[in-house]
Amino acid sequence: MIKRAFDIWRRELKLFSKRPMMLTLLFVAPIILLVFFTSLMSEGLPKDLPIGVIDEDNTQVTRTVVRTLDAMEQTGITQYYASVSEARDAMQRGEIYAFLHIPSGTTEQALGQRQPKIAFYTNQSYLVAGSLLMRDLRTASELAGLGISRQTFLAKGMTDEQAMAAIRPIVVEAHPVGNSVLDYSVYLSNIVVPGALLIFVLLFTSYTLGLEWKYDKQKKLYQMAGENSAYAVMLKLMPQTVVFSLMILLYDVVFYRYLGFPLHCPLWEIWAAGVLTIMAAQAFATFVFGLLQGSMRMAMSVCSLWGIVSISLSGCSFPVMAMDPILQAASWLFPLRHYYLIYVNIALHGWPIISVWPSIVALLCFMLLPILSLPMISHAFRHAVYKP
Amino acid sequence: MNFLRDIFKVWNFEFRNILRDSGIILFALIVPLAYPLLYAFIYNNETVHEVPVAVVDEANSPLSRKFVRMLDATADVNVAFRAISMDEAEAMNQQGLTYGTVHIPADFDQLLDQGKQATIGIYADMAGMLYYKALMLSATNVSLEMNKELKAGKFYVGGTDRQLDIATQPVEYYEVTLFNPRSGFAAFLLPAVLMLILQQTLMLSIGMTGGETRERYNGRALPMRPEFDNTLAVLLGKVLVYFPLYMLEALYMYYFVTDLFSLPMLGHVSDFVLFMIPYILSCIFMAITFSSFIFRREDCIMLYVFMSLPLLFISGISWPGASVPEFWKIVSYLFPSTFALNGYVRIHSMGANLSQVEPEFFGLWIQTIVYMILAAIFYHRVSKTTGSALPSVANK
Repeated sequence: MIKRAFDIWRRELKLFSKRPMMLTLLFVAPIILLVFFTSLMSEGLPKDLPIGVIDEDNTQVTRTVVRTLDAMEQTGITQYYASVSEARDAMQRGEIYAFLHIPSGTTEQALGQRQPKIAFYTNQSYLVAGSLLMRDLRTASELAGLGISRQTFLAKGMTDEQAMAAIRPIVVEAHPVGNSVLDYSVYLSNIVVPGALLIFVLLFTSYTLGLEWKYDKQKKLYQMAGENSAYAVMLKLMPQTVVFSLMILLYDVVFYRYLGFPLHCPLWEIWAAGVLTIMAAQAFATFVFGLLQGSMRMAMSVCSLWGIVSISLSGCSFPVMAMDPILQAASWLFPLRHYYLIYVNIALHGWPIISVWPSIVALLCFMLLPILSLPMISHAFRHAVYKP
Repeated sequence: MNFLRDIFKVWNFEFRNILRDSGIILFALIVPLAYPLLYAFIYNNETVHEVPVAVVDEANSPLSRKFVRMLDATADVNVAFRAISMDEAEAMNQQGLTYGTVHIPADFDQLLDQGKQATIGIYADMAGMLYYKALMLSATNVSLEMNKELKAGKFYVGGTDRQLDIATQPVEYYEVTLFNPRSGFAAFLLPAVLMLILQQTLMLSIGMTGGETRERYNGRALPMRPEFDNTLAVLLGKVLVYFPLYMLEALYMYYFVTDLFSLPMLGHVSDFVLFMIPYILSCIFMAITFSSFIFRREDCIMLYVFMSLPLLFISGISWPGASVPEFWKIVSYLFPSTFALNGYVRIHSMGANLSQVEPEFFGLWIQTIVYMILAAIFYHRVSKTTGSALPSVANK
């Protein structure tokens, strides 16, 4: 048995060394993904998003508001416009994501207690930028009035503390659990990068299995494994499991040690979850491959469609809870969804592993999936030929 | 006349190829038609509602209970449980019963009575950024509402509502969410995904036919037939297969998908069609150019599919374009999707006209020309070779 294993692994090494493209894919693609996403979001939250200002009032007070806004981290004022329609045109051209409109007479009316109105416009077609800017603009608009009303209260002989309490008796304070800085990149990198790797794992598994048939080498593999298709597939895929597990380890080290993303569990736990997810993905691809009777192209197509959808159904961008009940149930069928749940609960929230047992069981179930299509894989080993 | 006949022969050959190959039909026809529906289904609810939260109300006074009642009444938050302690609330969170906790301290009323600020803590689960947003926004709105009432009772006895309003908020502000008034997720992501599907499935379809031809003709990227020696005829023949098909699919997305899920649509179809011409052309020529690297039919699935995700992020839709680093921005200009995603969102969702997407429009035409030249060079070189001169991939 052990000799068989080594024979098959030696054969794998030889196959890979003969195909430089596959070797490059296996080692370079996962690293490109890592470099791409971490460098794309290296700033954390987007900074200095371009916005426009229409300051028709142009007084000391309004200029202070504009300056405050410009000083905010996510906001950068790039352009002044004369009218709303001009600013709207710039928005449609994609030059700015939002604009603030201060009508003329604002300061005078505010001081004369005639409650003027200022307005801000955000472009929600670019939801991430729009929402971030909305927060800044709202704060700046609040501050615009706050300064004036504080003066009024202070003039009545109140202390600063009393004045603040008079303006805002109840304050709401945020305590985001886990991701204390509310860093969107932490959020995305942690799921999108492993998610992209999983797409790759799904494809690579069905691809390398399929090549056996394509080059008519499956019979040889079958014989080497002692005519046992389960051994044949497992032993063939094992070297890839090792490489992918090391890649996940690299991701984890970069995320949690080098970039300092929040991690409230030992590194090995989240790594183990990653390895489990990779094996689940390999098992899923094998299952699909068997189900389709060894049709490489269809297996790869199914895997690619499955992998792409899994990013959405993981719930990292739009919560699964808000989706249709059918989709909530369907999300269980995607390994990435379980990885996401494990990640959020043990790594972000720091909860014990026991809290994610359903997901761990689900991933283990994925690994048993190939058993269901084992008869078909065996049949494919013995009879199927590659159909162009 | 011969030229036209060659074009027709190439067209005929390619068209039959597609019909014969279930893999290509899947990518050229089924994915562009079905995937948008799946995505729209996923994001159909647009926003989160009734996020379940637990309340730890240590004050348990009329005021604190009022806060809880008002919070529960908001559309986005559902006060599902009342916990005795923060520990209990966290346990509920761990069991997945709630997505956040609202903590009202024991001295809530006392502080307010003394004219001091009282703080309500929001402990939001980070399992979803949108949960946090919903809970935070609702709690803030409730607090603003209650603040108004509190101040009315305290500082302005006998004063009118209007006076009160002005003293506490001398400047009023209002927010306008343009183009996607409900701040919906589908209206934000779907248009970008639609355009990306067009490019990616075109790349896959043309890559797969290219790989298939190579496998059948001993590594040669074009069939050994006389009509394929005329590079211009080959290019035109291929364009005539894919261009009409993808134009129809684009219109299907523009009208049908948008309508079915009532996404915002402000654009004019004429701007859209004019904008799609260089997009689809540049995609076709880029796909042909890239297919020079595809030796096996299945290779392109391997190479192209996982590119989709980076292409979506690099385009500046899901991650603000203003924050994409310079290097990746330059890389992104190699792909028609970058220009098309932005142009489409602006035309379709924001009602921009063609002159407002000029940079993108010209960008696409430049890509069309560059990739057309590269594709022509590629095919011209192939037509000068015989199959054996190219690296054989059908090796056993």
